[in-house]
Amino acid sequence: MDIGIRNVTKRFGAFTALDNVDLAIKSGELVALLGPSGSGKTTLLRIIAGLEWPEQGHILFDGEDALSRSARERHVGFVFQHYALFRHMTVFENVAFGLRVRRRDKRLSEPELRARVERLLDLVQLQWLADRYPSQLSGGQRQRIALARALAIEPRVLLLDEPFGALDAKVRKELRRWLRNLHDDIHVTSVFVTHDQEEALEVADRVVVMDKGRIEQIGTPRDVYQRPATAFVHEFIGESIVIAVSVEHDAVLYDGKPIGIDAPEISTGAARLFIRPYDISIVAPEGAALCGTVRYIHGLGPARRVEIALGAEKQPIEVDVPRSQELTAGQQVGLVPHRYRIYATSP
Amino acid sequence: MAGIIGRSHRHRADIVPEGASDAREEPAAVRWTIIAIAIAFLSVFLVLPLVTVFQEALAHGVIPYFRALAEDDALAAIRLTLLVAAISVSLNLVFGIIAAWAIAKFDFFGKSLLITLIDLPFSVSPVISGLVFVLLFGAQGYFGAFLQAHDIQIIFALPGLVLATVLVTFPFIARELIPLMQEQGTQDEEAAISLGASGLQTFFRVTLPNVKWALLYGVLLCNARAMGEFGAVSVVSGHIRGETNTMPLYVEILYNEYQFVAAFAVASLLALLALVTLIAKALLERRAAAE
Repeated sequence: MDIGIRNVTKRFGAFTALDNVDLAIKSGELVALLGPSGSGKTTLLRIIAGLEWPEQGHILFDGEDALSRSARERHVGFVFQHYALFRHMTVFENVAFGLRVRRRDKRLSEPELRARVERLLDLVQLQWLADRYPSQLSGGQRQRIALARALAIEPRVLLLDEPFGALDAKVRKELRRWLRNLHDDIHVTSVFVTHDQEEALEVADRVVVMDKGRIEQIGTPRDVYQRPATAFVHEFIGESIVIAVSVEHDAVLYDGKPIGIDAPEISTGAARLFIRPYDISIVAPEGAALCGTVRYIHGLGPARRVEIALGAEKQPIEVDVPRSQELTAGQQVGLVPHRYRIYATSP
Repeated sequence: MAGIIGRSHRHRADIVPEGASDAREEPAAVRWTIIAIAIAFLSVFLVLPLVTVFQEALAHGVIPYFRALAEDDALAAIRLTLLVAAISVSLNLVFGIIAAWAIAKFDFFGKSLLITLIDLPFSVSPVISGLVFVLLFGAQGYFGAFLQAHDIQIIFALPGLVLATVLVTFPFIARELIPLMQEQGTQDEEAAISLGASGLQTFFRVTLPNVKWALLYGVLLCNARAMGEFGAVSVVSGHIRGETNTMPLYVEILYNEYQFVAAFAVASLLALLALVTLIAKALLERRAAAE
């Protein structure tokens, strides 16, 4: 099922959680809503589920208005951040819940229901836990049961709120691969919310980057990482060196001096230069447009992280330098960015 | 690095001499004094009165004891008490759940006022709780004329007893449920609804089971208080023997008539109720902790 989100605005009192959000999710897609806390991503998910209602805008399921239907009627599988498993029911009964509360004429017979629940427990590889209570499960197991419970109603769309947020790092990595594989098997349209860029980039087909209730960029993981549309996306996804510059007649100036970079698409005024830490080379200071002093060198791996104080910046920048390059603290160096992006500073 | 930390730690442990007491522990004399004071206090104020009740009740043997309980008026008082408690607890069960549900799951204007009001019966004298109903429904009360015209008896009758008891015991169930429901939030309910459950299904299959131990606990306390209530009930009862006397009121009448064995015999039933309540409470707490 495809989901259309049209001009959705949601306010909580004076706070605007979603500001005119437009988004189209294709059938069978796995989409990540990525953003810092307060960016509105969870609110958007809850609006799709029918747990929250927008002030303006439309939600369309396969082109049909979904806002006229309650959460109960939307047939949406929702996995909560803290799972919200029913603590007084066994794992089996938790998964069976959605089937047991069906209208009488649509209810399954007991053997059919058992078969369905067992198949789902099989799918999440936890059939051996059927008789346990949620309190007896580990975080990762609870997560998978919550997923099986949501899938039991054969949802048209699966919504997951910070699905790996409450798990430790190792389980989180395992589980997100597993979720990716599961999605490849069952192909239900899925949307998950996360503040963890690594998670979004690894799992999702497309990533929707949000900030302050607005969508900053929609694109494949490669897109948002390699061609960030805004300064926010560049800074939020991956590591960035940020240098305040100015643009005058297409030329980029640092500290009043041109640094040999042209920016024809940026109008005259303040701007910020974004560089990935591995997209900048250290050269001899003589003749280099950007110069700085090496402060610290750390890291034991193949690449070392070097802190360099630039002339006018208070914050030193961090540059990845290959082991082969000899550097000592206090040394003057020149810097040459070979891949970069420039964004005008919004007034 | 880890090795160094480990060694220095063991070293520090070695400094503490063998057999030295923990700095947090009081000297034995202080400890025993405190324990003795606590036990003496409990004995004088709790155990002794309880023992006295049974001792006085059985002062002339078992036969007068049971004869006192088998009196028509005594049986009527027991029946009335059970009836009033049954009605009041049922009403408060419904009110308490609704109030707790409203407070814990919704935000609305006047919510803090409602929370304060729920506690009112705790802070107000029970006599006043009874008096309120006399002022409302008594012969000289606001609705007195209307009630008399329609031949409806509230004060000095069962409805008055129930009203007074409901008011006094209202906080017990709501107070138990509110903090628990607030702590549990609304996620379970949201999950149930997104899985297709109706409002009623959500309530009976998710909300209620989530609070069942707190609810039982509240019912238990509410019941104990409903059966034992004296002040509020005394004002609205009219003390008609065999008709509007509950057990606590009946005990007072017997005592004032110097029928000590009978008075203490009925009182012993109330004391037994208290003991049963305590045991049930302990069992409930153990079950709840086990889950």
